[in-house]
Amino acid sequence: MSQVASPFGLRQESAMRKRTARAYIEHGLGLGSFLATLVSVITTFGIIFILFGESWSFFQDVSVVDFLTGTKWAPLYEPRAFGILPLLSGTMIIAAGAALLAIPLGLLSAVYLSEYATPRVRSILKPALEVLAGIPTVVYGYFGLIYVTDLLQKINKGFETFNAASGAIVVGIMVLPMVSSLCEDAIAAVPKHLREAAYGLGATKFEVVTKVVIPAALSGIMSSFVLALSRAVGETMAVTLAAGQMPQLTWDARQGMQTMTAYIVKVSQGDTPAGSIGYKTIFAVGLTLFILTFILNLFARRLVTRFRSVYQ
Amino acid sequence: MIAQPDAWRKTRERKNLIFKGLCFFAAMIASLLLVTLLFFILRDGLGRLNWDFITSFPSRRAARAGIYASLMGTLWIVGLTALFAIPVGIAAAIYLEEIAPKNRITRFIEVNIANLAGVPSIIYGLLGLAVFVRFFGFNRSILAASLTMTLLVLPTVIITCQEALRAVSKSLREGSLALGATPWQTILRQTLPSAIPGIMTGMILSISRAIGETAPLIAVGAVVFVQTAPKGPSDTFTALPIQIFDWSSRPQAAFHENAAAGIIVLLAVLFAMNFLAIITRNWARKRLS
Repeated sequence: MSQVASPFGLRQESAMRKRTARAYIEHGLGLGSFLATLVSVITTFGIIFILFGESWSFFQDVSVVDFLTGTKWAPLYEPRAFGILPLLSGTMIIAAGAALLAIPLGLLSAVYLSEYATPRVRSILKPALEVLAGIPTVVYGYFGLIYVTDLLQKINKGFETFNAASGAIVVGIMVLPMVSSLCEDAIAAVPKHLREAAYGLGATKFEVVTKVVIPAALSGIMSSFVLALSRAVGETMAVTLAAGQMPQLTWDARQGMQTMTAYIVKVSQGDTPAGSIGYKTIFAVGLTLFILTFILNLFARRLVTRFRSVYQ
Repeated sequence: MIAQPDAWRKTRERKNLIFKGLCFFAAMIASLLLVTLLFFILRDGLGRLNWDFITSFPSRRAARAGIYASLMGTLWIVGLTALFAIPVGIAAAIYLEEIAPKNRITRFIEVNIANLAGVPSIIYGLLGLAVFVRFFGFNRSILAASLTMTLLVLPTVIITCQEALRAVSKSLREGSLALGATPWQTILRQTLPSAIPGIMTGMILSISRAIGETAPLIAVGAVVFVQTAPKGPSDTFTALPIQIFDWSSRPQAAFHENAAAGIIVLLAVLFAMNFLAIITRNWARKRLS
């Protein structure tokens, strides 16, 4: 083959060979980058497979109905009980309290930053929110357990050392920056001409914000609320430290409560041999947590896509 | 019956003023909380913060305890996480942004990544426990913790990296392609170098999340009482946030001071990383222009 003179010049032939070598390398690079992308897909399937798989063996021992409707959670000691309602109510009460704190403050601060603040004021307030968002959750836990609880006990003697209220307060502080920045994005997406039309009719800023901007940005704002709730539900260290490890079905936020995340931490701190009941329960609780946050995130995404389609 | 136009106007303006004050108050709260938090932690922790605190191992006596083992553990975990997450994250972002056909599968992968970013961190801990600790048999090691952290930070790493690539102007790519460069030559010689400042900043910020994460480390089995600094990826480990968690949950006030001092170190490391991100961005921008 090589004795036959190439129809192309020699130089061109080597260039072509180089091109095929390059084609192989580029093929390899393409494949490699695709495989890297697959890691994320594998992670998702891994999470689903592991959670369902390990929970499956848990639900061989405990019926799903007992798990979802039982009002007593005592999986590690005799007499055992596997009702997740105390964990679920603890989680929801703390998340709802956090949302109650973070939603109005987050929305109002977003309104201030995007509608009222001068660039100078904004350049001071915005980084403060960003720093607050970057503080690790264990720091909030410490803050809640030591200072917030102390403050609450000064107000009312009924607060226990571990209480749901301080957990809700610190989680509220944690998700506040997220609510604020997502609401700001939603407000910024409202076209300028809507505001200007309202101003042109003589409306005050208050009227423009409450009657034009917020209604127009409503789905984005609602979506930020739902995401905040989802974050609060999945929050772990702050609630573990501040709200404690007492699984009980109560409305009294002055008492300690155990959230789903706190239970997983509690079991993980000890030794958990694979196949033990403790090991199985954390996956069943993890599955419940995963489904709950997944539904909330999905709902939030639905809201955002609706809101995007209005103005584009 | 009808209010005077003047009075009506005044009420409306008063409402506006009250609302403005309310919004200002809400916006100030975040800053006030930040200052309060830092004030309390500095007040309680600075007294305990000295060189011995940084170079000592955990102890049952609060005054003797230090953070050396946990600080080393954190450095190991963050280092290995960066080592795993950066190449995979950049490659995935390049694929999604530059190569992937715009079809349903790509869309599915992108939605999937966004969903992963919203999964609670403790769930990643459970994944790491079942897969890395048990299935692959890495036990409760630095390696298992780092791989878990890698999966945790990967969605944010990919998303920030994609944003950096998206910010590169289209004309640069088109110019390169028009001159006969292959798509990969364009990516490696034009797009990626231009996106480096954004990529580096995004990487530092998303990986610094691994410094503060606590819950997944507890799930993969961080040990609190470690008397030696880790020597390799297969060693058992503790980490700074784990140490802080342990000290905070003890009843004695002396340990709370330790926790506050540990928090000061943790926040200092985080702020240093943020500072590094800003410096890197400025430096890379200057070099490029």
